[in-house]
Amino acid sequence: MSIETQQKALNLEQILWEETIPGGNHWSGLIRRGTSLRFTDLTGGANLSALFYNTEDKLERYNMPDTLKGQHTAFLTTGNVCYSDMGRVMCSIIGDSLGWHDTICGVTDAAQIEAKYGKANFQTHRNDMYRSGKDGLLIELAKYGLSKRDLVANVNFFSKVTPDESGNLSFVTGHSKAGSYVDVRFDMNVLLVLSTTPHPLDPATTYKPGAVKISAWHAGLATADDACRNACGQNSRAFINTERYYL
Amino acid sequence: MMQNLVESQLTPENAVLDQVCNSGDPWMAEIKKGQIFRILDLEGNQAVDTLFYSAANPEERYSAVDTIARQAKLYLTTGSVLYSSEGNAMLTIIADTCGRHDTLGGACAAESNTVRYALDKRPMHSCRDTFMHALNTCECATHRNMSKRDITANINFFMNVPVTADGVLSFADGISGAGKYVEMRAEMDVVVLISNCPQLNNPCNAYNPTPVRLLVWN
Repeated sequence: MSIETQQKALNLEQILWEETIPGGNHWSGLIRRGTSLRFTDLTGGANLSALFYNTEDKLERYNMPDTLKGQHTAFLTTGNVCYSDMGRVMCSIIGDSLGWHDTICGVTDAAQIEAKYGKANFQTHRNDMYRSGKDGLLIELAKYGLSKRDLVANVNFFSKVTPDESGNLSFVTGHSKAGSYVDVRFDMNVLLVLSTTPHPLDPATTYKPGAVKISAWHAGLATADDACRNACGQNSRAFINTERYYL
Repeated sequence: MMQNLVESQLTPENAVLDQVCNSGDPWMAEIKKGQIFRILDLEGNQAVDTLFYSAANPEERYSAVDTIARQAKLYLTTGSVLYSSEGNAMLTIIADTCGRHDTLGGACAAESNTVRYALDKRPMHSCRDTFMHALNTCECATHRNMSKRDITANINFFMNVPVTADGVLSFADGISGAGKYVEMRAEMDVVVLISNCPQLNNPCNAYNPTPVRLLVWN
């Protein structure tokens, strides 16, 4: 499967709302099906960790292994969709200026952040404190009655990690430039949980996570000729499962 | 291909537990800190879908992403540490005559079978159904109040899921064979949950799911 990386400007009149998540922060919200979000890396080198849950049944959630094996890929880009553990499409990547987003490395915890960057807490640094991806995701999950048991493998938008023949992983520094973006269409009603903390394999020793802008617009539902639907037979069947759920 | 083949000196005669798990069946047990746990592929090319939980608090569980990121490695073999969701070492692989094990491919499920193969494959036996059955019936899960919330990305012992440098992931023929095994030392008291994979649609089991043998030594 190969769909070329797409780059195009958003029509400003289309935009429903925009919001910026500062680097090192966390965010969550309910995104209705048919809505699309453009995530833009404002400064370059951002990492946007994302989790997806079905708003009606939060036991249904993003499933990294199903997503990878269904599409025979170890990363995500245009044409890929994110499967739930119930064989449905939660969201689709309908545009991408980067070509590679990681989904196998998870997030950092507080101990890893302190070991790598040192300690900067609220008492001394106010809102410039060093925060971990795991703490941010758990804070947002708690707002919906969810907890550690609901924390699963996430997507890391804007980050690229490649394996060699033996499976040793390398983080690609400088992969995402300022202005890089990825467009995600939501195909189910999704609880979206985000963190803008550093990728676990980022070798940078200074804590300087990048800010990410969210721009929302109505993309509508996947049509019969949708590129993500038709990227492979697996995606077509997953869309059928999603559409049956909403009949 | 990473190969780190190490044989064990332990003999089955001295094992404190020695059981067979048929294909499609679950297997659950507690393994104490310091005990050695061996999974033996009796007939070859079997995929053993495995999850681990802290016996003290099953909210702490095997984490594929922590295991991958903390060691910057995709595959598991001798020397690999299996990390928990709290960043603690749960088990260490100390012997391995297969050479490589997968932790990206996850478990087959009734629902994912409809996506991967055909919509009418839903009634087929699947690992996630086996996990659910075990969590609702095995005593070491029910008294811990475990459920679907606790099912996450698992290890597939003996399964070969190569990823190329440009990120293509495939399911290849197994690299295991009859009598090959993987052995690990528990670094904390753990609960093991196995679904001995019944997958009939891809080469992970050589299209013929077979039994495995499970042994524990003090």
